[in-house]
Amino acid sequence: MRTITYREALREAMREEMLRDERVIVIGEDIDGYGGTYAVTKGLAEEFGRERVRDTPLAEEVIVGTAVGAAMAGMRPVAELMTMNFALLASDQIVNTAAKVRYMFGGQTHVPLVIRMPAGGGAQRGAQHSQTLESWFAHVPGLKVVMPATPYDAKGMLKAAIRDADPVLLIEHELLYGIKGEVPDEGVEYTVPLDRGEIKREGRDVSLITFSRGVHLSLQAAEELAKEGIEAEVVDMRSIRPVDLDLALDSVKKTNRAVVVEEGWKYFGTGQGFAALIYEYGFDDLDAPIGHVTGVDVPAPYAKNLEKAAFPVRNDIIDAVKRIVPQRAVR
Amino acid sequence: MAISNSDVMLAGLTREQLLGLHATMLLIRRFEEKAGEEYTLGKIGGFLHLYVGQEAVATGAITPLRPDDYVISSYREHGHAIVKGADPNAVMAELFGRATGVSKGKGGSMHIFDDKHHFHGGYAIVGAQMPIACGYGLAQRFAGQGNITMTFFGDGAVDEGAFHEAMNLAELWSLPVVFICENNLYSMGNALAKAWSVSSLEPRAAAYGMAYERVDGMDVLAVRETAQRAIDRARRESKPTLIEAMTYRFRGHSMADPAAYRPKDEVERWRSTRDPIMLFEQQLRDLGIDQATLSAADDRATQAAEAAAAFADNSPFPDLSALTEDVMIDPTGAIAWRRPRK
Repeated sequence: MRTITYREALREAMREEMLRDERVIVIGEDIDGYGGTYAVTKGLAEEFGRERVRDTPLAEEVIVGTAVGAAMAGMRPVAELMTMNFALLASDQIVNTAAKVRYMFGGQTHVPLVIRMPAGGGAQRGAQHSQTLESWFAHVPGLKVVMPATPYDAKGMLKAAIRDADPVLLIEHELLYGIKGEVPDEGVEYTVPLDRGEIKREGRDVSLITFSRGVHLSLQAAEELAKEGIEAEVVDMRSIRPVDLDLALDSVKKTNRAVVVEEGWKYFGTGQGFAALIYEYGFDDLDAPIGHVTGVDVPAPYAKNLEKAAFPVRNDIIDAVKRIVPQRAVR
Repeated sequence: MAISNSDVMLAGLTREQLLGLHATMLLIRRFEEKAGEEYTLGKIGGFLHLYVGQEAVATGAITPLRPDDYVISSYREHGHAIVKGADPNAVMAELFGRATGVSKGKGGSMHIFDDKHHFHGGYAIVGAQMPIACGYGLAQRFAGQGNITMTFFGDGAVDEGAFHEAMNLAELWSLPVVFICENNLYSMGNALAKAWSVSSLEPRAAAYGMAYERVDGMDVLAVRETAQRAIDRARRESKPTLIEAMTYRFRGHSMADPAAYRPKDEVERWRSTRDPIMLFEQQLRDLGIDQATLSAADDRATQAAEAAAAFADNSPFPDLSALTEDVMIDPTGAIAWRRPRK
């Protein structure tokens, strides 16, 4: 298999789906002339024309509202929001419209829509451009929320999301666009399901329950832990809503210990939701309280040293694991 | 159907067409009055926003549409749905929260939707339907079938950001959308002068370079002619229009609102001199249509409203299984988590 970036994987997904289905259109801010704020949409307007690849005004509510309406009227829109922080300006259309219309109109309509957006901090973008707010949206019935960590998953999940008949929020990470990974050749058909996580590394001593950039941090931590004889299993939850609970529970059944790893805030966050479900359904399998590695409970600071302290790093995970994996478990 | 000139009585319409408009306005009026009654009897819950007084706007604007044109409205939308073709029985059943309702009883008064007749929704977040209408317009540009979208909203909605974002995009992208503001002078209880920095929508339309027309929303024929021009512009040129229809609601904002913020004499003046049905009946009598014909139409409207309420009252509540149905197309994806398989 060839190796491409996360950014290229996303672009290929859109390109292949636009070739496959003429109902697929892409709209968003600076996706044409600028090529996308993170260059994900580069070249699409040239290839597919400016009817199907549309720069929009800086108006998030109408970007998402128009995409919702177009989806209800038979199109397959992919809306790009410049960052997840701006999704708040469109949150009415996401929460009150996209998530509700099928139910409140008695099943007479549906919303085959994808909203793509990068989230996450760590690039000194400050308090208003560094948030990870997937739990706000994963709270809402009627939405699917996915957060791929690798180029393979990014392409496969975006293709699946575009084909899905329901509204999907595909949340990318600003620091992952440049990472590389193995992806099948262009045109080699595959998708990744929107309701299944994946074990990214097997281990017997502790389950690192994570997603998005947390997967990479957890893999790094697992490497280090392995040197000390602790085998951590990295569970990439990938789908935030619906969640692949069986995957997490099966892992915990094996390891009897879990640490939830995420970049966002702890309180009412995604990891807290995962942990609550594991406690509820997997309590008897747990030999220790679930550890929780999260961002510090403050708005994201700008200064390099402060920002570094605000987001989880590899060693935070290692420390959290060592707090719940007793020496006797180290074989 | 070819119409010979001799059949035309007024505004290019035949006697039959004129009586059709009259019957439609009456149906909405009697339907809404009946709904109000049923609300006070406890048959209808939640919010109920009546359209009494504004009938000429929906009737005049929607009757010139094609069946495949879409109408998207706010939460004061029973009238729009009925004019677009929704069965009054099914609309009333929706108000009653019954399984036979247009939205299977899961939407209620504010969320009427009838796919068959292309009435695509009552939306209850003020202004949110306008960006959605832009999306329909965009899809229609792609489909190239010549159908258009018409969206209704009140004078409160134009103060929402959604209105401005939608106006700009519709003009920028040449979307075939007719925007109709039903200016009833009050956004809930707030008088226009306390909400708008300008006294009409003309400068707001001008700000986006959009065609604008103001019309007497109590004159069904004037609304129809104005709407027809906007519909033609949308269909032939794929260009949007903003219509400001001046009207008045004869009842409170909702059934919960006694409308104490409006002077009694103001309400009385509108009711006694500007009632759209009364004004149209005068026009029809001037054309020689007798009172007996008009009264018979009113009787039929009253009977239809009574029948709708009886239908609704005799309909079953939704089965409890409906609680978790239709969240999504994908029934498993609709559930955030499943109980473990083991």
